[in-house]
Amino acid sequence: MKNGAEYIIEFLEKKGVEVVFGYPGGQILNFYHYLGRSNLKHILVRHEQAAAHAACGYARVTGRPGVCIATSGPGATNLVTGIADAYLDSIPLIAITGQVKLQDIGKDSFQEADITGITTPITKHSYLIQDLKQLPGVLDEAWQVATKGRPGPVLIDVPKDLFLEQEDMAAIHSHLITRKVAREDNTEKMMPQIVERLSHAKRPLILAGGGVISAGAWDALAELVQRTGIPVVTTLMGKGAYPEDQPLALGMVGMHGLAAANLALSHCDVLLCLGTRFSDRVTGNRRNFLDKACIIHVDTDAAELQKNVITDFPVHRDLNDFFKALLEDPKLVRSEAAGEWSSRIQQWQNQYKQPEAYTGDILKPQALIRSVARLADPRSVVVTDVGQHQMFVAQHYPIRQPRGFLTSGGLGAMGFGLPAAMGAAFGVPGEPVILFVGDGGFQMTLQELATIREHRLPIKIFIMNNGNLGMIRQWQGLFFEAHYVASDLPAFPDFVKLAEAYDVPAFRITTPAELEEKVRQVLSTQGPVLADCWIDTNEYVFPMIPPGGKPQDMIGRWQNETHIRSISGE
Amino acid sequence: MRHTFAVLVENNPGVLSRVAGLFSRRGFNIESLVVGETEDKTTSRMTIVVEGDEKILEQVSKQLNKQIEVIKVTDIPDDESVNRQLALIRVAADQSTRQEILQITEIFRCRIVDIGRKSLIVEATGDETKIQAIIESLKPFGIQELVRTGKVAMLRGVK
Repeated sequence: MKNGAEYIIEFLEKKGVEVVFGYPGGQILNFYHYLGRSNLKHILVRHEQAAAHAACGYARVTGRPGVCIATSGPGATNLVTGIADAYLDSIPLIAITGQVKLQDIGKDSFQEADITGITTPITKHSYLIQDLKQLPGVLDEAWQVATKGRPGPVLIDVPKDLFLEQEDMAAIHSHLITRKVAREDNTEKMMPQIVERLSHAKRPLILAGGGVISAGAWDALAELVQRTGIPVVTTLMGKGAYPEDQPLALGMVGMHGLAAANLALSHCDVLLCLGTRFSDRVTGNRRNFLDKACIIHVDTDAAELQKNVITDFPVHRDLNDFFKALLEDPKLVRSEAAGEWSSRIQQWQNQYKQPEAYTGDILKPQALIRSVARLADPRSVVVTDVGQHQMFVAQHYPIRQPRGFLTSGGLGAMGFGLPAAMGAAFGVPGEPVILFVGDGGFQMTLQELATIREHRLPIKIFIMNNGNLGMIRQWQGLFFEAHYVASDLPAFPDFVKLAEAYDVPAFRITTPAELEEKVRQVLSTQGPVLADCWIDTNEYVFPMIPPGGKPQDMIGRWQNETHIRSISGE
Repeated sequence: MRHTFAVLVENNPGVLSRVAGLFSRRGFNIESLVVGETEDKTTSRMTIVVEGDEKILEQVSKQLNKQIEVIKVTDIPDDESVNRQLALIRVAADQSTRQEILQITEIFRCRIVDIGRKSLIVEATGDETKIQAIIESLKPFGIQELVRTGKVAMLRGVK
């Protein structure tokens, strides 16, 4: 005989879960009573939102599901942003929430919220346990749903009384799932044509998305690139799928993508898209998106095929299977035109180079990021929050390893950075974690400094402090006649003193002259450390494709010009 | 373009709101939705009529298939299926018009299911065009109240 709480804990242990992130409350106290006696390591966060983001950070860095726990009502609703983030970035996340007693459901009881209803649109599935006999089947299924195919979050809501109710679980261990098997389309027929297209393309290109990372298919991708010589661009989520220090890595595409990467994308004749969903941040204006190119789109989620962009070869297949079939085909060869194409790309890379150095008296965000990238341990996991600094990191920090770059891509949730870095630090114990975060985003979840200090996590926090909501300011500057509304963040706290209040060592970096030495100091500090970096308020993220635009509309400062102009000249 | 899907779902609480919610948040238009238990008590069958172009219909079907509680999604083309709607129509009827109304209901093979002093309730079953025709024919007498179900549909057997 086991009760509900014991069964859940035993299930998580059996699945190899080591760490869970949570915050207690009335309706989940029964569960915590048993959790405290188990081998699971519970990390007490300081706000439930951080539990969800931390579990996500853990999942992003390990590839294993992250688990977060909260009580009913406000505890559960505080998880929502983190769950939505996991949903949009396809991160396996298991959220367990306490619910009011079965008989109290629907009575607007104290701390009651319909969290399964609230999370329906942002989970792969949400479960309300209404009978303890359902629990074994639901847990089995929830684990599978979160991890199989395209990963994502699930939520399991457990009424308070069921944690204590006893049941002979072995006897009822039933398979809830007699569910449909995902239909794999018959893509075999397409393969010869795909091989033919890739081998004889004049301007082939690979667009790698986050799916390559969640499928663990980065080695196969590297093999494909090596064999065919096809250059690689990535989405924001695809960063790390292919090492960015390689010559064929052109970097990120999209709204703030690198010029050469975007130009390669708009000029390619055959595009192989792997585990990506043609987000509006990648495509800009989707009308006539690459209408002259042949697009091959491979995704494990059939619903992504032909959803945002109509492609020539929609391939519904697990990426590993696709790579296997592709690489086993002896007809797959290096295109004869590859040399000409790569010299054209190289020309763009030279022509639209980012400046080598960011000089002057004011600290430039790009200079800071490059300095950290140069001096940090190459094994470091890089985490960002959301905004200008996120794009600067995406452009200037070469990511060399899969699962080495964690960012809130789809949801773009400010406040993600600090708790996600925390979760990541638990996922790769001992390895350094570098967090870049804006002064705005940092203030959304800074309470986690306490958790970080408590566990002495080796997180190097670089606050990119410009006293502003930089990305908002940039948009207002470019598209709202420099009418700056609510983008200034006055009365920002002294972050160094704040860190000291949490007993976290802190530095302040204000000038380019002291940059290198201070960054060294920060990186060599054991345990958590915070650097308050005063960066140029007036720096914009360039290049930029204005919303709804196309790559040829890309604006920026080219070749050290002082004025902003579009790539086509105006 | 109008299209009919038969969606077999698990008979769980909340499944209707999940499916309906999917349509609203993805911006798909539901023309009608009918749901009821099947021969197996643990499953329900929804008949959903959707308005949209081919691209939208493909998305509807794929998104439905992604739902955990959806067991099977079947296309129901109009020309290969039997489909029916039901309507209850309260029509004003006095001594002078009652006979004429009865004749109309006979022609359409409807049934009178209630007789009041000043009105009748007509029960009509048929495909959409037939229901529409009945309503049009009864309109001149004064329709006081009208309720109709959405469409239910079933593929025809192999001939």
